[in-house]
Formats: sequence, C-alpha cells, structure tokens
Amino acid sequence: MSEAAVAPKKVTEHSPEEIERVKNWINTEEYKEKNFERTALVVNPAHACQPLGAQMVATSFEGALPFVHGSQGCASYFRSTFSRHYREPSAATCDAMTEDGAVFGGQNNLFEGLTNAYALYKPKMIPVYTTCMPEVIGDDLTAFIKNAKLEGHLPEDVLTPYANTPSFNGTHIHGYDAMLKSILATLTEGQSVEGKCTGKLNLIPGFDGNVGNLREYKRICELMGIPYTMLADSSDVFDSGCDGEYKLYPGGTKLEDAAESINGKATISLMKYSSVTTMKLVEAEFTGEKAIMPMPFGIKKTDDFIMKLSELFNKPVPEALKKERALAVDAMTDAHQYLHGKKFAVVGDPDYLFGIVSFLLEMGAIPHHVLCSRATKKFKKEMDALLETSPFGAGCTTYYNKDLWHMRSLLVTDPVDGIIGDTHAKWAARDAKIPLFRIGFPIIDRVNLHRSPVVGYQGTINMISMIANKFLDIVDETCEDQWFEMMR
Amino acid sequence: MAEKKLRQIAIYGKGGIGKSTTTQNTVAGLASLGKKVLIIGCDPKADSTRLILHAKAQDTVMDKVRELGTVEDLELEDVCRRGYGDVMCVESGGPEPGVGCAGRGVITAINFLEEEGAYTPDLDYVFYDVLGDVVCGGFAMPIRENKAQEIYIVVSGEMMAMYAANNISKGIVKYASSGSVRLAGLICNSRNTDREADLITALAERLGTQMIHFVPRDNQVQRAELRRMTVIEYSPEHKQAQEYRTLAQKIVDNELFVVPTPLEMEELEDLLMEFGIMEAEDETIVGVAEGA
Repeated sequence: MSEAAVAPKKVTEHSPEEIERVKNWINTEEYKEKNFERTALVVNPAHACQPLGAQMVATSFEGALPFVHGSQGCASYFRSTFSRHYREPSAATCDAMTEDGAVFGGQNNLFEGLTNAYALYKPKMIPVYTTCMPEVIGDDLTAFIKNAKLEGHLPEDVLTPYANTPSFNGTHIHGYDAMLKSILATLTEGQSVEGKCTGKLNLIPGFDGNVGNLREYKRICELMGIPYTMLADSSDVFDSGCDGEYKLYPGGTKLEDAAESINGKATISLMKYSSVTTMKLVEAEFTGEKAIMPMPFGIKKTDDFIMKLSELFNKPVPEALKKERALAVDAMTDAHQYLHGKKFAVVGDPDYLFGIVSFLLEMGAIPHHVLCSRATKKFKKEMDALLETSPFGAGCTTYYNKDLWHMRSLLVTDPVDGIIGDTHAKWAARDAKIPLFRIGFPIIDRVNLHRSPVVGYQGTINMISMIANKFLDIVDETCEDQWFEMMR
Repeated sequence: MAEKKLRQIAIYGKGGIGKSTTTQNTVAGLASLGKKVLIIGCDPKADSTRLILHAKAQDTVMDKVRELGTVEDLELEDVCRRGYGDVMCVESGGPEPGVGCAGRGVITAINFLEEEGAYTPDLDYVFYDVLGDVVCGGFAMPIRENKAQEIYIVVSGEMMAMYAANNISKGIVKYASSGSVRLAGLICNSRNTDREADLITALAERLGTQMIHFVPRDNQVQRAELRRMTVIEYSPEHKQAQEYRTLAQKIVDNELFVVPTPLEMEELEDLLMEFGIMEAEDETIVGVAEGA
C-alpha cells in the first residue's frame, strides 16, 4: 500500500505552527478567563439526565420492570450506560414514541407498550418515567396511566408508580429522587398502621453506582444487629454472579419490605441531594426517627453514621467495627505522607463531593478545585462551610454549574497532583498529565471499581490504597535511576 | 373554622373573546366579596393581570428564566405580584413568537409555582387564564389532575366562538374521563348579536351545562381598560361592575359541575341555523364558477 493510503485523514487545514500556537494558548490564563465567561455552551458535563437516575431506582425493586415513556434512543442510552458501568445486563422497556407520537401525544404508545411489557415479562411493578419528548408536548402521565387501566390495557393490580423526569431539567440525582418518591408513595399507600413498628431501619443510599458501598452499609447494619430495608437496593440487580442462568429480575428491595417501611423504626438518607422530595414524603408519612446524613467517607463521617445507628437502635458498637476503625486509622497513619499536602481536583455529584472532600481534609490533603456541573448556590455555601472546617481547605474553591472543560482550564493554569471523579474526567486529567482516581458514576474504562466500597472504614482503607499507590507508581515510573528505590 | 377548600378554576374560550378582561373583572368581583385569589396567566401574550396590577406588562416567569438562564435560580418574589384587592398575579409568559415551545412554558411555570409554594393555604381561588385555543398538551396543563377542577368557557353569540366552545368541551371530556375536571358553565360575553342569550342558553343546555351569566356589552369596560383597571375598581357603582359582582357570586354559589356532552358538527350547525346565525348551504352551487 502506498503511504498516502495509510496516512491519517487530515482533520484541519491549519498549519502545524498555528496548531501549536492554539495548543499552547488554551493552556493560558487568558484562555481560562474566556472559558469562564462562556454561558451558552456546556462541554463535557459531569452529570447525566433525570430518566437515567429514575431507571436506577426503577430497576432496584423486586420484580420491577423499568418503563421509559418516550424515545427509544434515550432508553438505549440509559441501558448502555448502566451496562458499561456495571458490566451487567440492564433490562428496561420503552414505548418508543416516534414522529406521530410527538404530534398526537403518546397515550397510544403507552397503552401498547404496557400491554406488551406485561404480557412478555410479567413484572410485579412497572415504574414509568419520561424522556424529553413527552414532557415538551405535555403528555399527562397521570391521566394516561389511569386510562390504561380503565381501558384494560393493563391489569388493575399491576403497580405503576410514575415520575415526570424531563432530561432538560436537573440531573440523574433528581430523577432518582422523583422515581423513588413515587415508588415509595405507591407501595406504602394505605400501609400505615397506628402504633405499629417493624423495628427496622430504612436506609436510603441515594444515587450510588458503587454496589460495594451498598453492601458495606448492609454489612455495618448486620454487624450491629440492626434489621434494615434498603430503599432502593441495586446491589444484586447490577452485580449478580455468573452461574450460567440469566435472571430478568435478579434482586432488589422486596416489595413487601418497602410497603412496610412506612411503619419503620427509623429512616436514614445518606444522600441529602438525591433524596430531597423522597425525604419530604418520609417526613410527612413515615413513623419513627428521620435523619439525613452525609455519605460516610473517612473516619469522622463513618463514626457519625455508626453512632447514629447505635443511638437510634440502642445498640452498642460491636468489637468488630471498633477493630475496623482502628485498622483504618492505622492505614491512614501508614500512608499519610503520600497524601498529606497533596493537591486535588474533585468532580462529581454533590453528595459524593462532600464525602470525598471530607476524606481528603482528614488526610491533610488539599481539595483545591471542587466542581459540580449542576448545583445551586446552596451547595456552594455548604461546600465552602465544609472547607472552612480545616486549615487544608483554605484557598480551595468551589465551582458549580461549570463543566469539565472549565476544569481543564483550572488544571493547566493552577495545577494539582491528581483529580478524583468519574470517567468523564479522563480527558482533563490526560491534558493536565495527572492521575485520575475513578470514584463516581459512570466508570466505564476500568473494571471492578464499582464493587470496591469507598465508604465506611473499609472504604477509607480502599481510598488510601488507590490514591497512595498510584502516586508511588508515578514516582517509580518517572524518577531518575539514582532515586529508584526498593522501599517507598 | 373549617379548613378552606381551594377552588381551582380555568377559563377557556376562543381567542379575542374577552377571557382576560372577563377573568380580571370577575376576580376583582371575588376580591370585593372578600375572597383571596391567585391569577395565573397561561398565555405567551401575558395580558392576564394588567388590569389588576395597573401594569403595562408584568415580568413573566419565562422572562425571568430567560434573564437568569435557568428556572432553578428563580424565586417566587421575582414573578408574583400583589394587585387590587390583594389579588396575587403571575404570568407564565413564553418564548418569542415563532420560536421555542410556549406549551412547555406553561408546564414549566406551573411546576415552578407548585414547587415554590405559590398555592398558599389562605387562598380561596386560583384562576388560570388560558390561551384561546388548546393547541397542545402544554395548554391543557391547568386541567390536569390536582389542578383546575372547574372550567368556564367564555363565549358570545358568534359562530366561531361557539365552535370553539364546543371544541373545548370535547377536550374536557377527554380529561374528565380520567380525572375530576368538570365543565362549570358558559359565560356569555355579549357581542350584541341577535337573541344571543337564548342562543347561548340553548348551547349550554345541549352541552349539559348552564349559561352561568350573561355579561352585557358596555363601553365602561373599555373606559376602565384605558386606565388599566377593572370596572370594579374604576367605577364600583356602575351597573357593569354589578354585573361582574353578580357573576362572581354565581361562581361562588355554583354547584353544577358536569362532564359535557359536546355536539356533533351537524347538530351545532342545526342549532346555529335555528337561530339564524348560519344559513343552510346550497350544495348544488359548491365548486361552480361565476357565469358557468
């Protein structure tokens, strides 16, 4: 073959000099300022859309078949994102609205879709949520679903909680919240019994792509002898074993447990920002104590979580957990010199950010740039307050409604040692020549990280190993020969 | 004291029929009866509250969203104004003509008002003044479940106004089958056509409802409008002000809420012919050119 045939296709007509000039220019302070003046355009945001979050909840209940009212392509995006992240199948149905649906409204699509979904897959519950199109044209989900049952397209007793989840509003955490609230409202309706108490803890993990975290929460509860219901439990749904048999409904929170949750002894949400409306429902309808706590990252927040459990259920902290705590403190001490004073950039969902920042401050590391691509002033205020609790938070900045292209400018003009975030951050990390520590959702370019908890004492040890060892790898890979040491 | 029950009312009708004028005068009437009312204008033209606020144009929800770039940073105080008789006013607004989606604007605005707690417990009434033609799902937002349960259609003795009233009734039937929305009556906003009151009463009967009030035509309404006021406020002693107070009282007392029985096109045409609004068509001349 001739050389011309194998030469890569030219992507630009600009001269090599001009390309070089622009390449350097986008790393300058001047470019950063222009970049931060940008208002109309978003480049590589670190969040997904509402229906994706809704699907995580919709799939996390026993026998529940997620149902997307809207466009087929959207449904494929949610499924493929989950499949890529968890490396598991992600079952969901869609009523595939097309041009005619957009004109006449999607009621007929919904009718036919529900009939087919029920006939084929016999679900116990069909949570319905929407994409942009039916939201823009004003489809009335309340009426449509009622009509579907009235007109016999779906048996009356199939549960159909539903949530309006337009993708152009909020993020995946808001869709998660809306769907969870709707499912709980549906399942607990009429279940409240005066004076009854199941004695159980309702634990809301929030939108968490790390099934290891969910299992860690459950393990802690079990160690403490506290009966619990996780609302919603995605762990077995998105992380089931390979035994040669495909299961359409591999796990999830039992419907009767969820129904009984209204009579629980206590309800704890571990993600404030992804359970705002759900916790309003819990506050108004559920019995028992209610608490909204930060994700238990690091020692202090894990202590708080465990002490809260101990207090609510009047249970002593078991020796096993005390020992784990001691091991985690030991691990922190052993590794502190590799993290202390290191600067980090952090991107992700609000609740994750609070956890990660809290952990970094405990390690004496500096969360120099904290960025959430969709949040409110209130988030910034709370994050700034957290940063102020430690001298290592001084000089750190919280950015909200900024994206990963903004982050790139920050990384090249005000460098840090590493960035913590999901896979979306890999371009910024590469351009800044710093390591990316993959924590968050989605992680679609590494394996098994979703199984490795980052919460609790165990998660604290995992975080330290992940970060410290990477820095040590970099030293070994880049140091001059005379500094290449056996021991680090 | 028994807890107040909020009544949510939507006003529909053909474009240009006088919905906004009728709504504001009626609401002013309700306010003069001591009722607490919130008006939500659901029309991109945003002229549903000017007589109550004495304003040229209220800052709409969509104006503010355009300014802020997001609905998330919007606060209720930015878009909710207090006017005559402590009537609270909000305009949903919408995009520039010819772009975007005005229907979604209505949905966004109403969702925002609900989330931000605009429906305060002290309210007796919420009035939705909706764009003349229910052109898409967004403009039906005010009659979704848990929103307006009563609909009044403003109509006159003109043919197109009655067509529109019948069409709107068809829409109500659709929503009434799955929800609690009901037709509460026709408000005749007189255009001084022949036998107008009889005609609208007959139409109302066929639809299974009532002509709740016949509002006579009076230039006092226009005189008040020149000062951006309702008649109730401009000239409370005037007989036209009394008409609106009467209408307001009839709405307070109204208990006739029905699933309407819309007319087939032929039935409607028969009715119009009966009252001489429409002439029988001579099918033999259709498509025949002059002099042929």
